[in-house]
Amino acid sequence: MLNKVSLDLPASPEAIAELQLGSIVYLNGIVYTAREGVYDRILNGGDKLPEGLRSSSNVNFHCSPAAAPQADGSFHIGGVTATASFRFSKYLADWLDMTQTKILIGKGGLTEKDYKEILAPRGAVYLTTVGYGTGALLGRGVAGVEAVHWLDELGIAQAMWMFRVKDFGPFLVDSDLEGNSLFAQQGQLVNENIESLYEGLKEPALHRYGETRDRKDELM
Amino acid sequence: MITNKLIEDASYEIMRRAAIDIPEDYLNGIKSVAKNEKEQLSSFVIESMIENYEAATEDRRPMCADTGLPRYYVKVGDKAVFDGGFTGIERALRSATARATHDVPLRPNRVHPLWRTEHNNNVGINSPEVEWSFEPEADWIDITTVHKGGLFGTDYRMLFPGDGIDGIKRFLLDTLISFGKRGLCCQPAIVGIGLGGSKDTCMQLGKQAACLRVVGDRNPDPEIAKLELELMELGNSIGMGPMGFVGSSMAVDLHIEVGYTHTGGMPISVHTFCLSSRRATARIHANGEIEYRTDPKWFTPYHRRDTIGWEE
Repeated sequence: MLNKVSLDLPASPEAIAELQLGSIVYLNGIVYTAREGVYDRILNGGDKLPEGLRSSSNVNFHCSPAAAPQADGSFHIGGVTATASFRFSKYLADWLDMTQTKILIGKGGLTEKDYKEILAPRGAVYLTTVGYGTGALLGRGVAGVEAVHWLDELGIAQAMWMFRVKDFGPFLVDSDLEGNSLFAQQGQLVNENIESLYEGLKEPALHRYGETRDRKDELM
Repeated sequence: MITNKLIEDASYEIMRRAAIDIPEDYLNGIKSVAKNEKEQLSSFVIESMIENYEAATEDRRPMCADTGLPRYYVKVGDKAVFDGGFTGIERALRSATARATHDVPLRPNRVHPLWRTEHNNNVGINSPEVEWSFEPEADWIDITTVHKGGLFGTDYRMLFPGDGIDGIKRFLLDTLISFGKRGLCCQPAIVGIGLGGSKDTCMQLGKQAACLRVVGDRNPDPEIAKLELELMELGNSIGMGPMGFVGSSMAVDLHIEVGYTHTGGMPISVHTFCLSSRRATARIHANGEIEYRTDPKWFTPYHRRDTIGWEE
């Protein structure tokens, strides 16, 4: 059976150290969303972090919620699903340093190299959403919107949402403090079978760049 | 007379249904895939998704917050009478999209490709897409919406007749492996393959094969039907399950659609319709009655005709 863990946020260094690859995690506390729009504004555009972010949350969710503003100024949150994290790799070292974020949540993980060089040295781990995505289950876990930043400037999908969450999950632990990766381990096992799948299948007449990286090559 | 209002009401309702309720054929398909899955992690993922469908239906909230790029397929009967002309129908579809985006809510994904500007309602230049098809004798209008993500799981390649079935197999493997890793294409998926046509037709056919045919449906050409099953098995033999974990669950079904193509070529496209395969159809009858279903019935014998005229 897979191990199941419930974490109170902000997550303590001890609790993070105990997370094992492949464990199922549920979260309680405050989680914030940030992706390229927010990263660019703060890291490259000179905007300031919202006050109190560091003390209230150390969990960054790569997510764009299906949210709708209501007449009374509140928000209706329907589904909540992660977006693929690998695209944000270049921002993360600076972001983790600036925000002291210790848990990243997203779709599909980062490379093992990023875990070893960026996350693990900063005491941070990666949780992946399941599926993808369990949008309705995660939407249920959002108890309320504490605040939303840059909504006008960035729109619903890219704004920074501060969610108060309860039994928010499931997530799977993809990386630990040694920088190991569940996706990488599983990928290696899958790779063992791949060559045999192509056995006996003849090559196509016309190749493409990508199959060769040398643009001076003929493709025929 | 089928009014614009009726069309807008039906379109708004299928937007909601598509986002929230998993189609029954896909649900049954994924359950039978789950039965064959031996791996613990892959099984956990599928079980979580099945719980997620139940939560979505119970709470009336979207299954997946990435509600994709909502779009429409409209089939108009030759004898359907409607007001406002074709632009009236298109206006109704755009209005339904904007309203449903706010009310369901759907994620307003659509932005200008360069300026990244948006209207927060999934409406803009060339969006939502509307594809048209026609049906002889019928007096109804069928409107189908599909909400499909737009980033991963699709590829195109020009193959040549000499590449044969081997070429098709290689390209299918290439596509499923490259987008299946870490589960970027949100497998187990309904895989659609477009074969032939010109490049744009080929892409369209593959997408329609993935999104507009139900699990268990077979191509009427018995040889193509056999190939569908063979290629599905090939996909499931990769050794990859959901999220790219070790497993056997890659394809819930595989559909092939063909179009006559250039004598020198065999273009191919592969598309994967995700774990939340979202589609819903409304048939608006001449008397104003609306029937809802999850089978688009897009590929009618007329739609796949290979003759000049048409006599049923």
